[in-house]
Amino acid sequence: MSTVTPGETAPRGDELTPVSARSLADLLAADERPARPGPFAASMAFGWRAMLKIKHVPEQLFDVTVLPVMLVLMFTHLFGGALAGSPREYIQYLLPGVMVMSVVMTTMYTGIAINNDIDKGVFDRFRTLPVWRPATVVGYLLGDVLRYSIASVVMLTAGLVIGFRPDGGAVGVVAGILLLIVFAFSFSWIGTMFGLLVRDEKTVMGASMTVIFPSNFLSDIFVDPATMPGWLRTLVDHNPITHVASAVRGLMDGHWPGAEVAWTLGWSAALVAVFGSLTVRLYNRK
Amino acid sequence: MADRPGVGAPPAGPAIEAVGLVKTFGADRAVDGVDLTVQAGTVYGVLGPNGAGKTTTVKMLATLLRPDGGQARIFGHDVVREADTVRGLVSLTGQYASLDEDLTGLENLVLLGRLTGLSKRSARERAGRMLEAFALVDAAGRQVKNYSGGMRRRLDIAASLLNTPALLFLDEPTTGLDPRSRNQVWDIVRAIVDLGTTVLLTTQYLDEADRLASRIAVIDKGRVIAEGTKGELKASVGSGSVHLRLRDPGQRAEAERVLALHLAAEVQLDVDPVALTARVGDAGGDRGAAERASRVLAELARRGITVDTFSLGQPSLDEVFLALTDRRAGAGGAPADVKEGAPA
Repeated sequence: MSTVTPGETAPRGDELTPVSARSLADLLAADERPARPGPFAASMAFGWRAMLKIKHVPEQLFDVTVLPVMLVLMFTHLFGGALAGSPREYIQYLLPGVMVMSVVMTTMYTGIAINNDIDKGVFDRFRTLPVWRPATVVGYLLGDVLRYSIASVVMLTAGLVIGFRPDGGAVGVVAGILLLIVFAFSFSWIGTMFGLLVRDEKTVMGASMTVIFPSNFLSDIFVDPATMPGWLRTLVDHNPITHVASAVRGLMDGHWPGAEVAWTLGWSAALVAVFGSLTVRLYNRK
Repeated sequence: MADRPGVGAPPAGPAIEAVGLVKTFGADRAVDGVDLTVQAGTVYGVLGPNGAGKTTTVKMLATLLRPDGGQARIFGHDVVREADTVRGLVSLTGQYASLDEDLTGLENLVLLGRLTGLSKRSARERAGRMLEAFALVDAAGRQVKNYSGGMRRRLDIAASLLNTPALLFLDEPTTGLDPRSRNQVWDIVRAIVDLGTTVLLTTQYLDEADRLASRIAVIDKGRVIAEGTKGELKASVGSGSVHLRLRDPGQRAEAERVLALHLAAEVQLDVDPVALTARVGDAGGDRGAAERASRVLAELARRGITVDTFSLGQPSLDEVFLALTDRRAGAGGAPADVKEGAPA
């Protein structure tokens, strides 16, 4: 009920100075519109955002620093004696695989990050921008590539300290890590799809783990498939993670496992084709 | 006002033209045939309670949701078929701050600047000037999660203006703000409109629509139940009412007769034995109402009736709103064509 209104008294100056209408006018009037950013520029801008988030919340690197070291030490010493005679022997086999496992597990966080953005509303702002639509997601993935690289280097260092001696030398190791990052980038699209598909971050985590956990363990990361019963071996041999782990292991070992590398790249392309397009569809429809 | 070509340079014609917009979520028809026409260069208020379909309507207009029925054009561009063009013309400040809380204020604006196509350096420069205009320079280097509600809202609006939109959607821009921050947001909105940007504002505060918007659509249960200028909406429930408190309850009957005679209106006797309320008749507008009310006062004084307090209220939009939603709840309602009967 507006009775005799006591004028509009707007007490101000206490905490926030009023907005300067004149400078706002200058800002809005002066500039002509810049050309829209292309897909690459937009993706780089979102990638920059991902880097900033790492800078401001460095504790999120826990899963690519402390956890991987823990995995290396734990599995090497847990299984080493039984499977290869000694931890030092075993790590020659295990390290490339455990790197794959750890990085693949990290892909889950891309989906969680997207899911968080949707909750917060910042996603809506991005979606009203006239930019190439997948750029938001590609931006996350660019940030994640940094995380995957950190995880790889950290694990490699831990491995070297406890006795990993790659015969492939620096070239083999770098090639292995690059291949792993390519695969992880592609695999992440499964996470982005879940991130857009389900309602909360716990479900993203659950759904991602349901994919990640079995595909890591039903592979040749820990055990040579030759020791497995026939049916299991068939399964393991067809698991993409097995191809990746074998390829990375081969590269670091100094041979060039052409077939495994080809399989890995093929799987990467297939993952992007399927889950990338599903993600973009969901993004547009959300 | 709208003659600044630099600001978005909106094409001629209405900023928004929506016809029969429908959005369903399962069995729930969240938006059930909304028509809206918003002229360029004005503030248009969309008023309604929680869950009326305001946000859903805005999201369809801003290309975030695809309508299940009907169509909408923004400056002549279809929101579905020409979504990308529309995105180049609009900005949305959502109900929840649409900012990245982990980033600083400056970084948020630089990011959005780069996404509108500025180089990193010009994005930085423009973001800096924007923070200056919005008096947020001191907070530029702080993470947004540490901002107060008012600062956040400010930055949010600043972010929406980075791409000089021709049309700005403000979805409940002051929900959850303290009165001072609310006033400041209102000032900002006025400044923006003075620069020629069209604003569509949703709110559940009638006060807010009253102060800012030139035309208002009242929506309830996914439908527009009334539309018009503020004046038209208010006139539809009568031009106001007087409230009196007398010193002596014994004089109330006589006062009632005076009111009925001079205002030609039904007088309500409140539960309070000394209080009366009467609508001031429809004719004559506000000035007429004030004049008639003062005549009533003079007449009461002449008869020796002591009036303790007196007030003449324009019908608030609250009354309009309650009148409209009540009637609709009662009658399954057709839009507009308003009669009185508002609880004050």
